[in-house]
Amino acid sequence: MWTFIVRRILIMIPMMFFVSVICFVVTELQPGDFLSQYLENPRISPEQIESLRRELALDKPAYQRYFMWIKNIVTKGDFGYSFSYQRPVVELIWERLGWTVAISLLTIGFQWLFATLMGIYSALHPYTPGDYTLTVLGFIGLSIPEFFLALVLTYLVLRLGGTAVGGLFSPQFIGAPMSWAKFVDLLKHLWLPIVVVGVSGLAGLMRIMRGNMLDVLGSPFVIALRERGLDEKTVRRHVIKNALNPLVSIAGMELPNVFSGTIIASIVLNLPTIGPFFYNALLNHDQYLVMTFLLFIALITQIGNLLADIALALLDPRIRIS
Amino acid sequence: MNTWQRVFYQFKKHKLGLIGFWTLVVLYVLIIFADFISLYNFTETHSRFTYAPPTKIRFFHEGKFKGPFIYGLKRTRDPITFKVKYEEDRSRIYPIKLFVKGEEYEFWGLFKTNVHLFGIEADSNEMMLLLLGADRFGRDLFSRVLHGGRVSLTVGLVGTFISVLIGSIVGSISGYYGGWIDVLIQRFIELLRSFPRIPLWLALSVILPPSWPSTWVYFGIVIVLSLIGWMGVARVVRGMVLSLREKEFVLAAQVAGVSNFKIITRHLIPNIMSYLVVVSTLSIPGMILGESAISFLGLGIKEPMTSWGLLLNQAQSLAALSSSPWLLIPGFFIMVSVLAFNFVGDALRDALDPYRTVEKV
Repeated sequence: MWTFIVRRILIMIPMMFFVSVICFVVTELQPGDFLSQYLENPRISPEQIESLRRELALDKPAYQRYFMWIKNIVTKGDFGYSFSYQRPVVELIWERLGWTVAISLLTIGFQWLFATLMGIYSALHPYTPGDYTLTVLGFIGLSIPEFFLALVLTYLVLRLGGTAVGGLFSPQFIGAPMSWAKFVDLLKHLWLPIVVVGVSGLAGLMRIMRGNMLDVLGSPFVIALRERGLDEKTVRRHVIKNALNPLVSIAGMELPNVFSGTIIASIVLNLPTIGPFFYNALLNHDQYLVMTFLLFIALITQIGNLLADIALALLDPRIRIS
Repeated sequence: MNTWQRVFYQFKKHKLGLIGFWTLVVLYVLIIFADFISLYNFTETHSRFTYAPPTKIRFFHEGKFKGPFIYGLKRTRDPITFKVKYEEDRSRIYPIKLFVKGEEYEFWGLFKTNVHLFGIEADSNEMMLLLLGADRFGRDLFSRVLHGGRVSLTVGLVGTFISVLIGSIVGSISGYYGGWIDVLIQRFIELLRSFPRIPLWLALSVILPPSWPSTWVYFGIVIVLSLIGWMGVARVVRGMVLSLREKEFVLAAQVAGVSNFKIITRHLIPNIMSYLVVVSTLSIPGMILGESAISFLGLGIKEPMTSWGLLLNQAQSLAALSSSPWLLIPGFFIMVSVLAFNFVGDALRDALDPYRTVEKV
């Protein structure tokens, strides 16, 4: 087990190196650079732009800038400076990480709760109207674009006289110290992004849960349990426990998906997460910010996959990792 | 029954698949004849109809049956807020007719005509039949949805074609040759898969230069989408080729001195064709959703071309959203078409791939 984990972590090092190359190439291919937006500004002279370019080291060839970036990461843990914020990118990302992680984790909780419940119901009542309804609902959830769902829900909330749309707090609570009223206000805002981000993944999880349940229900050990005269409630408990196992491996892969799912929802709903920040950085050619964000999200994906494998091995003793 | 008859029979048993199929047929007919069916030019602005709501189609005038017709529209301003308001003007009646003459357009780029499938016989400055309302510039949303569909519904097809092409070439090379080539390709795919889709889509779509004309941008977006989509296909194809490679007919071909290229294209690919069909259908919805998200954020298709995602961009401001909810309509078209492709894909998988080799791409 430990050798497996250590080997997987060691493989991640060369992987992350190539990931960093891809991040750099992708951002480098973007036409123009951070200073292009100043070219048409009459208040800034071409000489000033030239000196700024030298200051930001944008006049150096691409490969030199890449190795400078990597050297600083490896030797000093310095991921570079944001051009537009004039601050280290790690600091900037760190500041916005809190809400992003909070919303992602809550979303996963919401997905899991509803997906397992709906999946269990579907599997225990297969081919009934309830099962079909859930299946079709799941398909609709899968087919509705996130940003569209956000817009429709926003419209419905406004229509019903609500004001809690956009952002995480109402204007009167921004900057106010934490209180019960502020917390309630937060909850009023928070359900919308969670539903918006969660719905698309929910359908897939539900289908998997339903399939697992049906598989386990048909297996010999369930018949054996029934033959021994165990009551239906106990049998069901065993079935559900066994059907949940494969879902755990998906949880690890779900995290990066939900994480990147918050990007679009946050832009539409104006949330203080990394999403809108990344989007603006892309538009502003804030190269180091974009690269570090991509690097970071790739790292999360790799860690997520590793955790999924470990969790599965711990839960299911039949799986031996060599 | 031969294989394809059996597949057809199986497909017909899948109710949702059939519904999806016919929905797609209707949608594609609508976009193929978009110029003819739409009532107005989709780029034409009409300053008298900015944010005009969908027109109500009526049949009875003062208790008498008159056939389908619409009343005139009066544009007024609220004396206090100066907001534009629209009221029905019951004194004017415009009957809806078939094959009316309206704004001029070029049919499939072949010839100029001004005949539209249906509409009202009135100048568009005087009165318009707005089935789905109008946008900020008074452009007819119905015509825009039809023309936007041309982009949204073809991006998925072209993108899937390219990604299946790349995926099956790379996948079959990886599976057929094995050894270090296989290891290299698999590592590379793993590398690309360590990025979630959405950030990579966005990062790649900003590479397209802003100076490009909109048709180039269209192909640029297709390429961005297929660059991310081919990895899943390659993995499925590799697995299938790995198991086929040891079969007798492949060995026979090798012994007979057939070149590797020919073995892959003549013997392996035809054998996995049915899986490719399933993979393709199941990857179209993702492409449609991807294009709509990119365009919605303003990084994709640009004016004067339009797509369903770009149309929704106008609904992003809260003020426009609450006063003109019909701007949300293009979103329902995205949803319905993606749903239809999902149903068809599911039905095809049940018919072609009963053992579920293709789980998720």
